Amino acid sequence: MDEGLRLEGLRIAQGQRPLVALDLAVAPGTVASVMGPSGAGKSTLLAAVMGTLGAPFDLRGRVVLGGRDVTALPPERRGIGILFQDDLLFPHLSLGENLAFGLSRRLRGRAARQAAVEDALEEAGLGGMAGRDPATLSGGERLRAALMRTLLAEPRALLLDEPFASLDQDRRARMRRLVFDRARARGLPVLMVTHDPADAEAAGGPVVRIGDD
Amino acid sequence: MKRTLAAVLAALPGLALAGPDPADWDAVLEEARGQTVYWNAWGGSTNTNAFIAWVGARVAEDYGVTVEHVKLADTADAVSRVLAERTAGQDAGGAIDLVWINGENFAAMKENDLLFGPFAEDLPNWQYVDVEGKPVTVDFTVPTEGFESPWATAQVVFMYDSADMAPLPSMQAILDWAEANPGRFTYPQPPDFLGSTFLKQALYGVVEDPGVLLAPADQADYAAVTAPLWDYVEALTPHLWREGRAYPQSGPRQLQLIADDEIDLAISFSPGEASAAIANFQLPDTVRTFVPDGGTIGNASFVAIPYNASAKAGAMVVANFLLSPEAQARALDPEILGYGTVLDMEKLPAEARARFEGIELGIATLSPDELGPALPEPHPTWMERIERDWIDRYGVAE
Amino acid sequence: MRPARALARGAVRAPLPRVRMLPAVPLLTVGLLTLPVGAGLVGTALPAFGVMPALGRAEPGLDAFRALADWPGLGPAMRLSVVTGLAATAVSLAVTMLIVASWSGTRVFAAIRRALAPLLSVPHAAAAFGIAFLIAPSGWLLRALSPWATGFERPPDWLVVQDPQGLALIAGLVAKEVPFLLLMSIAALGQTDERRALTVARSLGYGREGAWFRTVFPRLYRQIRLPVYVVLAYSMTVVDVAAILGPNTPATLSVQIVRWMNDPDLALRLQAAAGAVVQLLLVVAALGLWRLAEAALAGIGRAWVRSGRRGPRGPWLPALSLALAGLSATAVLAGLALLALWSVAALWSFPQAWPDALTLRSWARHGPELVDLLLTTGAIAGLSALIALLLAIGCLEAEERYGLRIGRGGLWLLYAPLIVPQVAFLPGLQAALLWSGAQSGIWAVTAAHLVFVFPYVFLSLGDPWRAWDRRLGTAARGLGAGPEGVLWRVRLPMLLAPLLTAFAVGFAVSVGQYLPTLLVGGGRVATVTTEAVALAAGGDRRAIGVHALAQTAAALLPFALALAVPRLVWRNRRGMQHG
Repeated sequence: MDEGLRLEGLRIAQGQRPLVALDLAVAPGTVASVMGPSGAGKSTLLAAVMGTLGAPFDLRGRVVLGGRDVTALPPERRGIGILFQDDLLFPHLSLGENLAFGLSRRLRGRAARQAAVEDALEEAGLGGMAGRDPATLSGGERLRAALMRTLLAEPRALLLDEPFASLDQDRRARMRRLVFDRARARGLPVLMVTHDPADAEAAGGPVVRIGDD
Repeated sequence: MKRTLAAVLAALPGLALAGPDPADWDAVLEEARGQTVYWNAWGGSTNTNAFIAWVGARVAEDYGVTVEHVKLADTADAVSRVLAERTAGQDAGGAIDLVWINGENFAAMKENDLLFGPFAEDLPNWQYVDVEGKPVTVDFTVPTEGFESPWATAQVVFMYDSADMAPLPSMQAILDWAEANPGRFTYPQPPDFLGSTFLKQALYGVVEDPGVLLAPADQADYAAVTAPLWDYVEALTPHLWREGRAYPQSGPRQLQLIADDEIDLAISFSPGEASAAIANFQLPDTVRTFVPDGGTIGNASFVAIPYNASAKAGAMVVANFLLSPEAQARALDPEILGYGTVLDMEKLPAEARARFEGIELGIATLSPDELGPALPEPHPTWMERIERDWIDRYGVAE
Repeated sequence: MRPARALARGAVRAPLPRVRMLPAVPLLTVGLLTLPVGAGLVGTALPAFGVMPALGRAEPGLDAFRALADWPGLGPAMRLSVVTGLAATAVSLAVTMLIVASWSGTRVFAAIRRALAPLLSVPHAAAAFGIAFLIAPSGWLLRALSPWATGFERPPDWLVVQDPQGLALIAGLVAKEVPFLLLMSIAALGQTDERRALTVARSLGYGREGAWFRTVFPRLYRQIRLPVYVVLAYSMTVVDVAAILGPNTPATLSVQIVRWMNDPDLALRLQAAAGAVVQLLLVVAALGLWRLAEAALAGIGRAWVRSGRRGPRGPWLPALSLALAGLSATAVLAGLALLALWSVAALWSFPQAWPDALTLRSWARHGPELVDLLLTTGAIAGLSALIALLLAIGCLEAEERYGLRIGRGGLWLLYAPLIVPQVAFLPGLQAALLWSGAQSGIWAVTAAHLVFVFPYVFLSLGDPWRAWDRRLGTAARGLGAGPEGVLWRVRLPMLLAPLLTAFAVGFAVSVGQYLPTLLVGGGRVATVTTEAVALAAGGDRRAIGVHALAQTAAALLPFALALAVPRLVWRNRRGMQHG
């Protein structure tokens, strides 16, 4: 299988202590859930896939995306987007600038880029808010903006780090639907770390448990 | 003969007189033109700072020599600098060209061969210097031997606020007055130069035979000679400002204390200081000066040139200018400095003498007659031992 | 339109070349800082143990220490250094924490914060002079009350300033160190999650201050620990403030060391060097003591939390902290205002509350030279602060990218110039510089200032830099930004306020340097500070007033900019306004 995201024999250890051992294939358009208690190494796993894992961790195995081994690539060249529980919009940039930060460099021309940003905002229900200070948005609006920012970078895979944990029940369901729909529409393999079984259930994809004895 | 010897000495590297020969003054002037002289001088007095700036402007005008006043908090900083340069082997191109110096600092530099010279007695203006009447060839009993050139004389006077007290005739009278007026007198904390001078002045006032003070202290019975001094200080201390538990840290600090009316009586080493300070609003105009009977200690201020100075010729030009009637008359003016001259009026041409005769000495300045004879500075060993004993007894009392 | 412009700029930005030098920056910096200190210490230790070839002594021995021990003032001087240092630090920290506990996040706190820049920029010596004139028996307070209230026609003979216990010295130090610790606290506060922690704790029934000390203080203290150590080392070894406000019978050890160093009797330099070694050991011992007290206090604090007591509560706490803050701020600012008045005063004698007349004579006299002095001062300060800032960014970024975290030991080395007393290594450094053939002059002085400026800049920038949310970097890299992009487009703009603050701190530190300028500059480099301290020896309040004002102005401007610029740039970004 060349498509999708594959973790082949991924072994993360902290010094001598093995932390995570995982083999997983995520097909395009599907959402794989990784579940486990706090401290099981979920965030470490995401860091390994992103390429931000540093000392004192030791990584073996390969991360393969669309048939290409990306294990040795720096994070910015892997084409993997990430969403956190907090939106992590850059507080010093306006909403539009945040999205433009993510927008792929392949799209050239000032007007075209501006239009792309406006379209993305529209798609997330944030039309006309490009000039807004992110700090003045509601939590749900900010998460939606963060999602659009990630998608504008045209990633080939998406990581979700407990992305809905800060939302209330009602918003959580809507946000889930939005994220999963967008990912499926773009045919992205999605790797989600969560400890909410409802997240995994809604994802409908394979569920992996780590850290359970 | 002298010139040949100087030339031979100049040709030998490392000897003291490695540099321009002051006897060939035209060559000195020529070499000096365009030089910058870094004059290291105590920068704590705005009056002297302004005077040094004026000297700089004048020598630039007449001789093309630029003067940079390096303001020191303490002259010993300059000694340290030259010492550090020699430690590092920097025997030429040093940072200091001219130092305002006397006493202990001169003795230390001379003893350690850190000075250029002899040059002073070859300066053209040396002909006007009052070699007999002024303490210009012996600095704290150390012969200057031409290694430093005088530019001002000073003599101890006491400044008092005439609104609060009358002049006092003797050191004993000062003690009696202090007992009657507790907290109204103090002196700078030894080893500050002026504070130590007060102790020496007090010693002159109580010692039986002042002659012993001119020889090193270990040639006399130090304990016996100084016993009356310590009785005096012991009696005085409880009646000092702050009961002797704190002291002003420098001479000019006393001016502020008089101006603040914290004290009424203070020692000064410059007969014209009070008048100059009154003109600058630093002292109330009721301040006057007196000298106790029997005379007070006098000495001279000098300039010296470090052995590794970069601009020795320029430094000599400045030293010579300081001896000129123009500079000496200006320094004497209480509106400017109020420093005593080192020149002999008898030796001066008439028009130069006229410069001095026109000067108004100021309301608080004593005339030369009233000032009386200057007592010679005791041998430095006395000061060293007295300072050390004072510190042990009073400097660490708490 | 604004986003479009930003987009265009982003589109043309070429990827920056990879800076391969970056991994070397931390090593370079540590070398730049520790070499001078190390060389200086060796240069001081040798004479302490009897080796000083310039004086013709090369026989190692303990004579200098014996001579030091024979000085009867050694015990009291050591005690003074330790007691005033510890007391000034403890009081400064307590007052600072009380202010933050009671007022952070309020309008009053915003006002306090605005007052910080002028307070910090007042040079220590100028503040000390101002305070001395305020509280002395002939000072302004008594003038204002005399003779109508006190009956004094002459100043009373009270030992208020330069008291043997060093109380005036402690007060003067506290007045200057509280603003410094406040600045450091404010910079760190944004990273303590203070608001939420307070809300949670207060909802559990704790009073504001009680909640703050239980939940925020431990987090904040961790971030300001090094500044506190610096305050301790500084307070123990300060020379100018101690000479003005501290006792003289005897003086503190550092003041005495400088006096010995300046004594014409060159042999006393060996004794001074021995004193410097003792002073160094004293500082190390006091830091150890402080460390132990930290641990003990932490234990007590934990027990306090476990006990579940909800206090302290009551309006007196905020009132007390505000009074203390007001007192220390007023002392410094009123002192400065009085120095300003002195700079234009004609005769001004006791008990007049105002001068007889005003005159510009002092300004006319010093004005022309001031211009040159300010230019030199600004050039040295600007350059050293800028280099320090670039080095600090390089070190922190190398730490981020390559994990080249300066270890515990390395960090102490980095702060060595602040903790090692200046009197202990500057004379040795001067000799070393001469030896290496370096020209004394403005460049050498700038390099020497860098040694003292860098740690403050690093100290000021390090905590906000590290507390920056790294996930923002991960997010940016997930969006295709390389390490340079994260640095230049996200991290540096977000850290604009701490960057400018760090620069301003560095600038002010450079402006305030006296001994390094004097010694390394060979006396040829004159700044407003060397000038002011030289004048201080003469006690001419008018001249001191002129120079203290000029010195304050030189340090004030960057601080004002550091506060104003981020507010202006981020006026539309609520997420960028911490504290």
